[in-house]
Amino acid sequence: MTDAAMGNVAVLLSIGRHPVSGRSRRAATDAQALEMALALRPRRLTAIHAGPAADAEALRAYLGMGLERLTLLVLPEGADPVEALITHLRHLAPSLVLTGRQAEDGESSGMLPYLIARGLDAAIVPDVVRIGPADTPDATYGKADLVQALPRGQRRALTVTGRLIATVHPSAPPARASAFGPARRGVIEPVAAQAAADLFLSDCEHRPWRPKPKLMRVKRGGSALDRLKAATESKSGKGQLLINPTAEAGALAIYDNLVEQGILP
Amino acid sequence: MIATALTTVVLAVLAIGAALAAWQSRRWLAGRPATVGVVTGLRALPGRYLVDVHHVVGRTPFNARFHALVAGGFLAALVLLVAMGVAIGGSRILWLLLALVLAIMLAGALMVRHRRRVLRPRELSQGRFARLPLSLLGFSGCLLLVALDQSLGGVMPEALALVLIAVAGAAMADLVWGVWKGPLKHAVHGALHLAFHPRPARFHDGKGRDTGLKPLTFAPAEDARTAEPGSLGVERPVDFAWNRLLGFDACVQCGRCETACPAYAAGLPLNPKKLVQDLVAAMDSQASDAAYAGNPHPGRGVGKAHGGAALPLIGHDAMIHPDTLWSCTTCRACVQECPMMIEHVDAVVDLRRFQTLELGAIPGKAAVMLEELRATDNPGGRALARRWDWAADLSLPRLPAGGSCDTLLWVGDGAFDLRVQRSLRALVLLLRRAGMDFAVLGEEELDCGDVARRLGDEATFQSLATRNIATLNARRFTRIVTADPHALHTLRNEYPAFGGSWTVVHHTALLLELITTGALTVTKPVGRSVTFHDPCYLGRYNGEIEAPRALLDAIGVERREMLRSGLRSSCCGGGGGAPLTDVSGERRIPDVRMEHVRETGAAMVAVACPNCALMLEGVVGPRPEVAEIAELVLAATETAR
Repeated sequence: MTDAAMGNVAVLLSIGRHPVSGRSRRAATDAQALEMALALRPRRLTAIHAGPAADAEALRAYLGMGLERLTLLVLPEGADPVEALITHLRHLAPSLVLTGRQAEDGESSGMLPYLIARGLDAAIVPDVVRIGPADTPDATYGKADLVQALPRGQRRALTVTGRLIATVHPSAPPARASAFGPARRGVIEPVAAQAAADLFLSDCEHRPWRPKPKLMRVKRGGSALDRLKAATESKSGKGQLLINPTAEAGALAIYDNLVEQGILP
Repeated sequence: MIATALTTVVLAVLAIGAALAAWQSRRWLAGRPATVGVVTGLRALPGRYLVDVHHVVGRTPFNARFHALVAGGFLAALVLLVAMGVAIGGSRILWLLLALVLAIMLAGALMVRHRRRVLRPRELSQGRFARLPLSLLGFSGCLLLVALDQSLGGVMPEALALVLIAVAGAAMADLVWGVWKGPLKHAVHGALHLAFHPRPARFHDGKGRDTGLKPLTFAPAEDARTAEPGSLGVERPVDFAWNRLLGFDACVQCGRCETACPAYAAGLPLNPKKLVQDLVAAMDSQASDAAYAGNPHPGRGVGKAHGGAALPLIGHDAMIHPDTLWSCTTCRACVQECPMMIEHVDAVVDLRRFQTLELGAIPGKAAVMLEELRATDNPGGRALARRWDWAADLSLPRLPAGGSCDTLLWVGDGAFDLRVQRSLRALVLLLRRAGMDFAVLGEEELDCGDVARRLGDEATFQSLATRNIATLNARRFTRIVTADPHALHTLRNEYPAFGGSWTVVHHTALLLELITTGALTVTKPVGRSVTFHDPCYLGRYNGEIEAPRALLDAIGVERREMLRSGLRSSCCGGGGGAPLTDVSGERRIPDVRMEHVRETGAAMVAVACPNCALMLEGVVGPRPEVAEIAELVLAATETAR
């Protein structure tokens, strides 16, 4: 890889939230994006977070991966970071912007990279697992080979020219561990930024996430074809819908179902 | 003439030897400063040698005997020779006395020769050490002839006597100048190491045991950029304190650590003797392990490692390969066996600290575990409330802040594991059966930080330790009981440095107490043959080897002992984060330990540690049953209904 191909890389880093403890941490795919950026050894690497200054300590986990400094675009609580990021990125003019596919907190819509790509008039490739400059001999400025993850483990190779925003898929190479020493020594550089309040987010109701309960199914015998059908076909209309049942009625329905499934005698 | 020649040779050799030793001392003096009591250390030196060193050396009586004969004879001969040269001159009585001590030394030298040429234990180093019997025999034999001749009045031709003196002088030079790099280095450096030992409390003049790791002091965050090298673990040899470097230099390459090391036995790439020799070699500026003549780290040859006093120690091409560093289970078997009182585990943890805290270079699943531990305070990344899932039907009393109880049960992270939950249930049922007043912390109990600390993550350990200590200090209780020796060691020996001091008891000690006081009655003696596998963190780290055995005897088992048991027990492979770093070897460590169990012919192996239970139960194929000691006690104290 030559320096010219990946001269200027920016990584957008958000503050993650552990799904169990709810504690702030480095966001998993953002950390993988930083790992990918560090592995590229670009001439210039800028790591950017946009958000309230009060949350900055959680960003030290990224510094612990070997970053010396990190730019913090200071926004008021509840502000939309998109405009501030676009303004800052226009100024930096990176050839590649990397970020995780979806934030772990806030709206977590996964829209941010698309909005930024529109704002910068750049190409966007989601779910990248590998990135490198094109290995054709006439590799020109800003031409990159990508491998994109598709559903069910499929991969697609792409070549992109021009300014690029790539989001990183969870199956990309794992992020290196964050080390305590560099995390403490790293510098967080606050930069004042303008941002409008995120009206959509302030309208949302915040609730702890609860996984959807899975329906238990006892695997039954039958021919291979039957089992394939059972595994692949979606069935609907089966089961019994109870709306606001009494505790006894609900328990009885569950009990009957368990007996029917063969889980209880 | 003869006497003058002899004493001149001896004094010259000794003077050059002293100069060489002084020149060599700059290698270990290059280390970081350390606070040592020079006077107290030097005063304690003879006692530490005669009691603590002899206690270790005496475990192999043959070696102890030849060592006493050779070293005693050699030192006495040197004293006599110097005295003859400096003051008294040669008298026939003195010559006779000299002949006597040389005869004693000769007997010892013949024993050394027998060991090195006939017995040939495979853990001994060759190279420079192969010449040892020759030098000892040359010195003692030649001078014995001269001394006998002189005490009889000198019938030997003078030329022959001078030739004998020359040969003896050459042999002595080989011995004494060995303070440079050879066998005699251990005498000088070993003595200084005993005096300036980094853990003086481990000797009989201290507490007799000192196993807790020493905390790192973190500079305030604003000073982090100017922190001195070595403040977050050891990267280069010079980052060790000087008395630690001196300790490595005391190694005599006897290989006792090698025979005791569970990782070495399983063919993992770690030989503690080579590890210490790597550190010794790396103290030179242009260092290589090419001169090392002992067994290598299994699977890794000798001669490829290069380094230097100011170069990083760990790396794929450096002195120590990362796999070697991460193979250690921190079981302390090497420390227990070392006659030079070297602290191998401290060195391993200091090297790991730099890898983890500065480089984040933690292998295998260990990095994932540490990240979950930081985010959730338990290694599996689970909700802390789920630690108590196994006790949903037991309605365990919780101890709130400000509350008090007699016994606090610390369940540890094993409580997340199905296998360990079985033994925890047995323990709780036993406490209920005995009518104990006990409670648990509930969701306030965090991981104790043991594994994080052994993996070098001192920051996470200290974060967990300070929060656990705050939780515990907000409650009143007489004692803490735990079934996890790792938690026991951490709470008992490592939390006091952070302000937490309580009575911490292992459940085997508690159950024995309940049986001896009659709170539990043995109704159904077990009656089967059982061997006990000592947990490292209970035995070697805390010296508790009697209570579990007395407990097994009390419940009526036919107890058998493995060849390696008690303080010299062999590790199950579950300590020090080794299951997480998961360095591969020829075999798995628990398979080796299960071989030891099979050799006893016992039908069952009793364990007293969740890690041991998991490691030994993971051994595949037909094998003796594995039972946690509380499960056996529960079955043996069943009351009739």
